[in-house]
Amino acid sequence: MRKVAVIGVGMTKFGELWNSSLRSLTIEAGIKALNDAGIGGEEVDAIYTGCMSGDMFVKQGHIASLIADYGGMLPVPSTRVEAACASGGLALRQGFMAIASGMADIVVVGGVEKMTDSLGSQTTGYLALAADQEWEAFNGATFPSLYALMARRHMHEYGTTEEQLGLVAVKNHHNGSLNPNAHFQFDVSLEKVMNSSLVADPLRLFHCSPVSDGAACVILASEEKAKELSEDPVWIIGSGQASAAIGLYDREDICTIDSTVNAARAAYKMAGVTPKDIDFAEVHDCFTINEIISSEDLGFFKKGEGGKAVEEGLTSLDGEIPINPSGGLKAKGHPVGATGVAQAVEAVIQLRGKAGKRQVKDAEIGLTHNIGGSGGTAVIHIFSR
Amino acid sequence: MSVPRFWREIPYRYRLIGSYCENCKETFFPPREICPKCRRAGNIKNIKLEEEGEIFSYTVIRTAPPEFNTQTPYVVALIKLKNGPLILSQVTDCDVEDVEIGKKVRMVFRKISEDGEAGIINYGYKFVLAE
Ligand SMILES: [Zn+2]
Repeated sequence: MRKVAVIGVGMTKFGELWNSSLRSLTIEAGIKALNDAGIGGEEVDAIYTGCMSGDMFVKQGHIASLIADYGGMLPVPSTRVEAACASGGLALRQGFMAIASGMADIVVVGGVEKMTDSLGSQTTGYLALAADQEWEAFNGATFPSLYALMARRHMHEYGTTEEQLGLVAVKNHHNGSLNPNAHFQFDVSLEKVMNSSLVADPLRLFHCSPVSDGAACVILASEEKAKELSEDPVWIIGSGQASAAIGLYDREDICTIDSTVNAARAAYKMAGVTPKDIDFAEVHDCFTINEIISSEDLGFFKKGEGGKAVEEGLTSLDGEIPINPSGGLKAKGHPVGATGVAQAVEAVIQLRGKAGKRQVKDAEIGLTHNIGGSGGTAVIHIFSR
Repeated sequence: MSVPRFWREIPYRYRLIGSYCENCKETFFPPREICPKCRRAGNIKNIKLEEEGEIFSYTVIRTAPPEFNTQTPYVVALIKLKNGPLILSQVTDCDVEDVEIGKKVRMVFRKISEDGEAGIINYGYKFVLAE
């Protein structure tokens, strides 16, 4: 297997971007990443783009062709990747495999979602497409409600509190306030989180990531190309992906997400590292409970102790294992298909030491964790300077 | 939704028919054609599930998609069926404050949603508090 480097990154601001379309967002992130890598489109061997549901949000299918075309990249082979909210992370893994296998030397990996072109009343239903339509959504389950079921059980089994759920939002908003690309660049108090409206008990509005527009892009290269083109390549030293039951009803334990556990095992093994070696992590906090559950499943804390860890500040920017220095999905925003790629963008910026006020000190190894649906898919990457 | 898409699931939705693997002696709901444990070695049969169970986890939905908008707030729960698997269902006919983990529930047959003004009406299982 060949080594794979990231030689360029770019992203749009995340937020309600009424002046931008699906295609313009993707192109903006792509141009930034190509400029950052200092290469032209003619050097690209393949394009992989994560997009959950352009089909529903903007009624556009065949996104692969659209992006190659409007990106001025014809006739480069282009592939769209979909695994709900893990679409971006999966696109990254496809690009990684294309280079590792020797099939490509330079790959563009994009992620995009244009969510605010559909009506707010429809968005809830479109996001629920990630759940089992016949046996969850049919019965009235919404996407937040599935994480609410996990949260309620985690509180029941381990004594996790609503305050701890809220503190994840407080922390991530603080980090987001230091990120010029974040959807929400302001601090929130725990009181404000705890008094926000209920969405699906015990989850409140401020426990949920927002509906955002945005795109992100990374340029991957083989070792040979990276050494030729880049002064500060960041290496992808581990990649893991796993599947789990699509529905919560078929999980052995709803306080853990098996796909995360299995994907993490594979990624740690490939990278030859353990959770203790990770200096920071971008973790899939679509709902604050997921950051708590995932911080346990990734091996940073024992099962049931993720809530306490947040309370003790272990996951803050200056903590033992900073989680979501970018602001996470909660504050940076969650344009679903873009999220997994934007996590990689943050990992690279941190490892280059260019994250400004949100820089994690002495960061050498970072991890990104991207989940689809309620955990039916998980994909994890480990990055190193 | 087309009528066949709903109609083909009627036995499972109306009468709580699940799957049983004779090899693993495990019960599944919704029905499966392949056993997730022993795969093709399994011999999958239909089985009538118990209509009683207890609440494993629950939530009260306050924001819902259009088909369920008129029902908010409503309770969605994971229910551990007696001698059976977990099932996701609404818990209805109760004060949402009365729902708790561990409470006993039983199945009832109810309208689930309407497919717009002119579409079909979807029926199926919900649960009510048994005590
Ligand atoms: Zn079996």
